[in-house]
Amino acid sequence: MTGPILSVRDLTCRFPIRGAFGREIGQIRALDGVSFDLAQGEILGLVGESGCGKSTLGKAIIGIQKPNEGQVVFEGRDIAGKSPREAKEQRSRLQYAYQDPGASLDPRWRIARSLEEPLIIHASLSARERSRKVADILDAVGLPASHLQLYPHELSGGQQRRVGLARILMLKPKVVILDEPTAGLDVSVQATVLTLFRDLQKKFHLTYTFISHDLSVVRAMCNRVAVMYLGRIVEIGVTEDIFAAPQHPYTQSLLAAIPQINGPRVTENFWLKGEPPDASNLPKGCRFQGRCPHVAEICRAQDPVLAVHGEAIASHESACHFAGTVTPPVPK
Amino acid sequence: MTEPLLDVSNVSLGFRGENGFAHILDGVSLTVKSGEIMGLVGESGCGKTTLARSVLGVLPRNSLEVMGGAVRFQNTDMLDPAYADLQQRIRGSRITFVPQDPFTSFNPVFTIGEQIDDLMKWKSPRRDWNAVSSTPTLLQRYPRSRRAIDREAVIAMLNSVQLPQPARLLQKYPHEVSGGQRQRLMIAMALLPEPELIIADEPTTALDVTIQAQILGLLRRLANERGVAVLLATHDLGAAYEICDRITVMYAGQDVETAPVASFFNVPAHPYTNKLLASVPGLKGEMSGIPGDLPNFYSPPPGCRFAPRCERAQLACEVRPAQTETAADHMVCCFHPVVDHAAAGLVPSGKGQTS
Repeated sequence: MTGPILSVRDLTCRFPIRGAFGREIGQIRALDGVSFDLAQGEILGLVGESGCGKSTLGKAIIGIQKPNEGQVVFEGRDIAGKSPREAKEQRSRLQYAYQDPGASLDPRWRIARSLEEPLIIHASLSARERSRKVADILDAVGLPASHLQLYPHELSGGQQRRVGLARILMLKPKVVILDEPTAGLDVSVQATVLTLFRDLQKKFHLTYTFISHDLSVVRAMCNRVAVMYLGRIVEIGVTEDIFAAPQHPYTQSLLAAIPQINGPRVTENFWLKGEPPDASNLPKGCRFQGRCPHVAEICRAQDPVLAVHGEAIASHESACHFAGTVTPPVPK
Repeated sequence: MTEPLLDVSNVSLGFRGENGFAHILDGVSLTVKSGEIMGLVGESGCGKTTLARSVLGVLPRNSLEVMGGAVRFQNTDMLDPAYADLQQRIRGSRITFVPQDPFTSFNPVFTIGEQIDDLMKWKSPRRDWNAVSSTPTLLQRYPRSRRAIDREAVIAMLNSVQLPQPARLLQKYPHEVSGGQRQRLMIAMALLPEPELIIADEPTTALDVTIQAQILGLLRRLANERGVAVLLATHDLGAAYEICDRITVMYAGQDVETAPVASFFNVPAHPYTNKLLASVPGLKGEMSGIPGDLPNFYSPPPGCRFAPRCERAQLACEVRPAQTETAADHMVCCFHPVVDHAAAGLVPSGKGQTS
């Protein structure tokens, strides 16, 4: 067993809220002590509602967002908060796929130029080698060579995602962070794009971090899942365990909210009320207390830590005082 | 047989622009009965929003070309410019609209209360439509006696969509409330004129899954309590399964299949519907997409528009198939519908179900 390829330790990211004259009047704790390991070749899903810090986590790992505290160890080096020059070598093998590839491609550049750019920056290849490599990768993501001469607006949403992926694969990355890779796609296109992700993972030996709010996609794609709530991981474990026996009340609610075709209807007996509280004004104790159906004294006083609870296996951790003992409310 | 509330029959329309004529809706038929929730399902670009807007009668008149058909809402044709006055009376009071994006649908510079007052001034069910006034419409005042009654109705409605502290909420600006609350406000505003039909265009697309479950539940409960019919346009088959009574599937501006919800998910007959259901990720991660792209609306394929992507297509598909009934109330527009699901290797039932 080799060590993890990427390991995140106590990553913390705070955004100041500024009032008049730039005075700091508060803080949003977007990430609050997030730790996890990523093993070679796995797909880790990061799920949670909007505003829970999924994308901030992805951006902090890649170095777009500078974390306030914590470590990101990739290939044995801590790259958290390093300047682009210091970590250039590592970061070329750590790539980030943006949520909206249509917006992340330069509208005035042809696809060929966008695809070639990373090679110009990071690799020392001749022009001929570069264009051969571009053609190879474009073929791998299932686009015809004629698309090289098109502009981004001439492609459909699914094709734009393929181009975004091709651009990432140019530098032979080890770890790819996919930020909402299927948001805004229709199910028929989504299915083909997800199949492509799987094929490429095998072909290029990739490790994915799969950020998504769509639990059915995460279930279909990921080996492990981390559930986030307001800047914390509240439950992490192997996908089958999480979906079969969720321990945290938030995970239980999240799973219960997915509509299941030909299953019982969610809308008739959904128990979770309200919305996440303001991230700048978090309550003392457990963050989920305001919406939790099982809230007790201890939840208001003490912040639960992420740990193995009850009969769960060692890889299944959750952050709840009553983890493993609570079950979702019985439908009326 | 009772007369349907909304009867869209064989509507063909399109828009003329710089690149020629885009033929968007091609012979769409659909009915909504009083008090039922009808799902209008399809992928982006299939004409859901165009159809929803044609029911409201708010398609852009300068580029619109209607080639045939009618959108009848209780004997008023919403497409015919001759009935503009009647349409205006129906729009916003007897047919209301819940938009897709609650973030951009409020005016940011007015309080929520001012915006709801504005709605109630013109569209309140207590408005006297026959009152003759000598002042021009825009200068007319909001009668004080009606304002007080309307305000009570507003507070009661905000309570029934489960918004906390309604009186205080009315003094807030839209940016001060969350997305879920804004969508609740939108539903409240759609229900306040006491309409007979609500058109909800992707009402939960911008929301998280936990909020989606709350909002859909609310919509279903309120619509049933008040006997309001809902036309729910969505691309999310799960959401449609949750609250709809019947579902119509559209593909590239044509309706391909209409069925009651149980029959729709258990025995889908149209090849497109089957492929759409197979694209939803299943329990073990099994899913298959639909290869190919939507046809070009400037030069659409003749007949069935799904034919170029359909493996069952034959020469006959160059003519648009008529609606045929495969089971009770289950209408499909296809010459080669999927009848035997086991033989076709498609077992749609139980998909996505947890053990």
